[in-house]
Amino acid sequence: MSLPPLGLSLVVAALATALSVLVGLPLAWLLARRSFPGRDLLTVLILLPMVLPPTVLGYYLLVALGRGGPIGQWAEAVGIGRIVFTPGAAVIAAFVASLPFLVVAARAGFEQVDPAYEEVARTLGRSDLAIALTITLPLAWRAVIAGAALSFARAVGEFGATVMVAGSIPGSTRTASIAIYDAVQAGRMHDANVMAVVLTLTTAGILFLLTRLGRGTGW
Amino acid sequence: MSLEVTLRSEVENFSLDVAFHAEGGITALFGPSGAGKTLTLRHIAGLERVGEGRISLHGRLLADAAAGHHLPPRERRVGYLFQEYAVFPHLDVARNIAFGLADRPRREREARVAALLEMVDLAGFDGRRVRGLSGGERQRVALARALAPEPALLLLDEPFAALDFRVRRALRGSLREVQRRTGVPMVLVTHSLAEVRELADHLVLMDRGRVLAEGRTADVLSDPGGPQAAELLAEELG
Repeated sequence: MSLPPLGLSLVVAALATALSVLVGLPLAWLLARRSFPGRDLLTVLILLPMVLPPTVLGYYLLVALGRGGPIGQWAEAVGIGRIVFTPGAAVIAAFVASLPFLVVAARAGFEQVDPAYEEVARTLGRSDLAIALTITLPLAWRAVIAGAALSFARAVGEFGATVMVAGSIPGSTRTASIAIYDAVQAGRMHDANVMAVVLTLTTAGILFLLTRLGRGTGW
Repeated sequence: MSLEVTLRSEVENFSLDVAFHAEGGITALFGPSGAGKTLTLRHIAGLERVGEGRISLHGRLLADAAAGHHLPPRERRVGYLFQEYAVFPHLDVARNIAFGLADRPRREREARVAALLEMVDLAGFDGRRVRGLSGGERQRVALARALAPEPALLLLDEPFAALDFRVRRALRGSLREVQRRTGVPMVLVTHSLAEVRELADHLVLMDRGRVLAEGRTADVLSDPGGPQAAELLAEELG
């Protein structure tokens, strides 16, 4: 895969957002609707990437995903091969950084759903999973879209953790935010200028569409 | 049919300690706010766990605290009409009613929805959105939805409280009719003696988490059987 920085940024952010939705929705539901030992600890762990400096996050990821780290060793053993300094590492970095935004928004959305809807659904013979998918999720739809938009925005803007764990390899891991930094460092102000404007307009356009979708027509 | 309830529970500092039974027809749980009527329904539906005691329906054990037995709500075949109806706002009328029929073949599901719409006088409402429905229409959608999976028992929590008095009178009559046509036994929570007189075959008087009297409606009303029960009825009659 060889992509110009902007294309790479959008692909990485889209994959990271998709992962955040897949992993984050069940987590958000669990935190909103179940009490279990360690729930507060889990909340803190999920939120931590929001407050940690991205370089610290990147450092932890480097330790975990690197050749000597537990995930890195496992990936080598099962034949996935090296993770760090690949596009996959950029996706993982953006995913970890953007996950809390999805979880916070979706959890708040799930908590807004009147539990009576879920309770009546339980008396109608449906499983918890069916209820979560057909009642809770559709009723919290707007919050989930808002969370996905925030998550995507954070993923596009990801810089520090990505540099640490994926580096800046042209066409492979050099996303737009990194390319802009590199261009400024090299004194290529015109390149930086063009990329900054295009990145701003593109992401603004995508966020605008997501916001419209989230507002929807309602029921 | 018989529903046997013997339960003690502590829920959020409220202590519930009730024992009663219900036969076919309509059984009313009557009492003031804070009597524990709704909480009793929630235990029968399985939405709360029984602290001590047991609940059985047609001899089938729904909950038995001593044996650690708690049948989840979806396996109880107990329908529940919530006070504010909880009609799903994102589904149309037909999909609301069909919600509990997910495991039936499509043709059967459609036939059942059509029959239920007809029974609750909402024929032609299939594709209507919930947002445009009146309170009385919502109540009937919720009633049809609860009856759709053919429950062995239907619980109704103040089904007329949210309606204005004219609609209330009309729907009381139609509830009686629905009960007669379906034969589904019902337990109705109310704090209106008018509803008790018009609807209930069997009456359970409750106050502060306890049962004060139970029996055939006419018998309990004419002879409450104790000073507390008599006082409760006198208060309501003003």
